[in-house]
Amino acid sequence: MDSTERYLVGVYDDDEEVVAAVKEVKNSGVKIEEVYTPFPIHGLDVALGHARTRLPIAAFMFGCLGLVCILSLISYTMYFDWPMIIGGKDYFALPDFIPVSFEGTVLFTAFGMVTTFLVSNSLWPGKKPRTFDLRSTDDKFIMAVNMANNRKSESEIETILRASGAIEVNVKQF
Amino acid sequence: MSHVVSPIRETLVSGGKSYHDVTNDICKQVEGEPTKEWKIAFGVSCLVFAYGAFCLGYTWWQGIGVWGLNKTVGWAWDITNFVWWVGIGHAGTLISAVLLLFRQKWRTSINRSAEAMTIFAVLCAASFILAHMGRPWLFHWALPLPNTFGSLWVNFNSPLVWDVFAISTYLSVSLVFWYMGLVPDLATIRDRAQTKASKFWYGAFSLGWTGSAKTWARYEYVSLILAGISTPLVLSVHTIVSMDFATSVIPGWHTTIFPPYFVAGAIFSGFAMVQSLLLITRVVFKLEDYITIEHIEMMNIIITVTGSIVGIAYLTEFFIAWYSGVEYESYAFINRATGPYWWAYWMMMTCNVVSPQLFWFKKVRTSILVSFILSIVVNVGMWFERFVIIVTSLHRDYLPSSWAMFTPTMFDIGDYIFSFGLFFTLFFLFAKFLPVINMFEVKAVMKGVSTNYPFKKKPSGEKERETVH
Repeated sequence: MDSTERYLVGVYDDDEEVVAAVKEVKNSGVKIEEVYTPFPIHGLDVALGHARTRLPIAAFMFGCLGLVCILSLISYTMYFDWPMIIGGKDYFALPDFIPVSFEGTVLFTAFGMVTTFLVSNSLWPGKKPRTFDLRSTDDKFIMAVNMANNRKSESEIETILRASGAIEVNVKQF
Repeated sequence: MSHVVSPIRETLVSGGKSYHDVTNDICKQVEGEPTKEWKIAFGVSCLVFAYGAFCLGYTWWQGIGVWGLNKTVGWAWDITNFVWWVGIGHAGTLISAVLLLFRQKWRTSINRSAEAMTIFAVLCAASFILAHMGRPWLFHWALPLPNTFGSLWVNFNSPLVWDVFAISTYLSVSLVFWYMGLVPDLATIRDRAQTKASKFWYGAFSLGWTGSAKTWARYEYVSLILAGISTPLVLSVHTIVSMDFATSVIPGWHTTIFPPYFVAGAIFSGFAMVQSLLLITRVVFKLEDYITIEHIEMMNIIITVTGSIVGIAYLTEFFIAWYSGVEYESYAFINRATGPYWWAYWMMMTCNVVSPQLFWFKKVRTSILVSFILSIVVNVGMWFERFVIIVTSLHRDYLPSSWAMFTPTMFDIGDYIFSFGLFFTLFFLFAKFLPVINMFEVKAVMKGVSTNYPFKKKPSGEKERETVH
């Protein structure tokens, strides 16, 4: 890859500070690409203006799909393909099928949602991470500013980042 | 954002740790050479595993005739061990899912190892399911697969088939839950890795995780929903296990109290097992600052609560056996308490009902030694509970001429030993190669629960921590 992507990387060392900093930096007219943190910080995605995730909807859909699939399997095997009277019950004894239907629903929900999560964040085994600073998985909070998306000069942005509490400002090229 | 914390909460991370200290403390045991203690413990568990594998291999080869089963007692140690291990497994999900939903911050130090324990315990349970089939290579007959017998399907009305679905769903969903929790921590190890091998392996399994705000926001939803679906899942699993018994017409099994009673017993024994493992882990890996007396006390309180529920269930069961007026049912219970297996019954009563009541004393529940001993006593008691339910209900059936006793053979015992070997071998491998404490979750709650926080002087001093008074 040619090194045309140039980033200014602000390093913060406190989770509360970085949330305040995001607001400050945005108000100064700087576009932030993303913030990388060692643990989830509530409200950070809101401060950055990220849209709310639709994963819960996906999870619900997968659950419905699971329920339909498992009930189809049960009704095919127990009602259409080889009906048998068991314990004097109907061929289609719905109360008896609830436990397995529930398990199938849970299974589809879990695997469907996690797969959606991995795909939507493009996470897969062996993927090379795009790391701005190795300490972002340890104890530092990293704010990445893509120079291509900003009109301000590097020194201006650096001043803004430092004023918002960054303890270091580095340059990273990909 | 400020962390609101009540002053009556005790600290859950002691020693004035910073975020970096957490990373260092937990990664140390993954990155360093294995300690001598670990090597000895791992060696011993491998030996136990090898002996157990011989016994289990022999059982598979010869068939279950090598067990002490007879015409009357057709289920004994196999199903006792199965129910025992599945029950133990439940605590992991309870800790990570239910305590997450209840926003219990103390779970963060213990959920990782508890979830690992869940997975290993369910694998141990599965070994008995396979073995008790007699012909384990025909395991797939329990699955609804097209076949050459005129396409004869499994019977979805049967609790045994429900169990196949419940256990396999539980194992796979727990595995996903555990692995998703590991990914951010694996990325931490990857970013610190020095050797080529660890860079490769932790790099591959951390899936290219960077910890961007967008990923975290989605990740939080994934955890929450996984917790939300795991909670009813874990309850369903032991409910279905109990229905393996309750839907039959054996006196002593055919009771409606079984589902809640089994679930409470599962939580009870599972927490006891987590307690035993944690007390060992915190000493071996020097994690006293993360697994504090507060954690141990919380666990003991849950053990007392669930132990009391189990105690009430025992008494209710006994009362109903008499009150129902069914003479077979009354006999089954009187026989449990006074028949030839009276020692198993009273062992169960003492270990499960009496011993956890000692935790009412603060001195007892904050003593590490007593907690350790009682956690093992509880698990012994819970093993006997399953033994009592299974063997004493079967050994004297409707026909006195076929009454029999059960005597375990070396293969009954050896297959049980196998499950311990498997469990501890996997647990020690986990403890060496994966972070035993969830680093990112501990870091996320530290401000609320750590001593000496703020560990860093704020430059402005304007953003003070809010405290609820």
